[in-house]
Amino acid sequence: MSDSPASSAPGTPPDASPPLVGVVLVSHSAAVARAVAELAANLTGGAGDVPVAPAGGGPDGGLGTSSDLIASAARSVDRGVGVAVLADLGSAVLTVKALLADDELPSGSRLVDAPFLEGAVAAVVSASAGADIDAVAAAAGEAYDYRKV
Amino acid sequence: MNALPPDGSPIDAAFVRRWLEAATAAIDREAAALTELDSPIGDADHGTNMRRGFTAARTAVEQEPPDTPGAVLVAVGRQLISSVGGASGPLYGTLLRRAGKQLGDEPEVSAAQLRDALRAGVDGVGQLGGAAAGDKTMLDALLPALEALSGALDAGGGTAEALAAAAAAADEGARATTPLRARKGRASYLGERSIGHQDPGATSAALLITAFADTAREAGA
Repeated sequence: MSDSPASSAPGTPPDASPPLVGVVLVSHSAAVARAVAELAANLTGGAGDVPVAPAGGGPDGGLGTSSDLIASAARSVDRGVGVAVLADLGSAVLTVKALLADDELPSGSRLVDAPFLEGAVAAVVSASAGADIDAVAAAAGEAYDYRKV
Repeated sequence: MNALPPDGSPIDAAFVRRWLEAATAAIDREAAALTELDSPIGDADHGTNMRRGFTAARTAVEQEPPDTPGAVLVAVGRQLISSVGGASGPLYGTLLRRAGKQLGDEPEVSAAQLRDALRAGVDGVGQLGGAAAGDKTMLDALLPALEALSGALDAGGGTAEALAAAAAAADEGARATTPLRARKGRASYLGERSIGHQDPGATSAALLITAFADTAREAGA
């Protein structure tokens, strides 16, 4: 997804667009991270470059968290204007925090406080529309307010 | 700050490497028991995760042995963060990296310096995980261990004696988590059903402190 070709939507100038904020989705499950990234990317309404990368599963490929996957996912979506990282639970959150504390993610990366799926959709949609990192983080965090009943 | 403990061999890179050997052996020996403790209240992977992390750390340190105690701790912490795969990775990783950074690049440190470094590391664990004493986490072993270590050193005890006191306090602290209700991590979802089980993280923390005590005793420190 992060490396999908930039197929510009009709009427959008292809090379005048500024760099986009990246989004990294960290889940205990590789399948969850991948599927949520796909879902979010598909909801961007045909925006061209969708800078989202999944980082799911542990170091052994099973359920868990891999700091190496997180770091490489963040590098893959880093366009120099910030990377919003969303995490699901426990070790995913703590590993991102530990990496940030030691400057092991690209400059401008931050852990975004948001529900995982709804926040991912909001983050990816706003990022692909050109929102800056503060706006992406705010959009993801506002997903906490989407009541369902 | 005296670089040498008052009564014996220094805490140098070799000492911390021997601790890593002892810790890895203890985790390996107790992996099944740790996973069993993690079954009723966690996701039944603590022993497996810790074994993977410490095995990776030992391999990394063997391949490129750092030459100061601080650098060994930083290297182990880094490996734990990248290899454990569960919450104990970033937590223990932060503990050891903070402690290692606090020791700086001195080739030998005193027991008091080690205590101060461990205190900085344990503070880092509290900041990262947001847990406090009594939340049924590794801190329930680490905090009493620090207190006992400090008390013994302040009373003039030697390195081995003080670390033995820390190990006893860590073990007691781990056992004392059994009646507690978990307030952090997956176990906290279980509410009252987390009561009656010893916390796996506190248990592994006690193993790591005990490995320090064993290393010091064998060194005659």
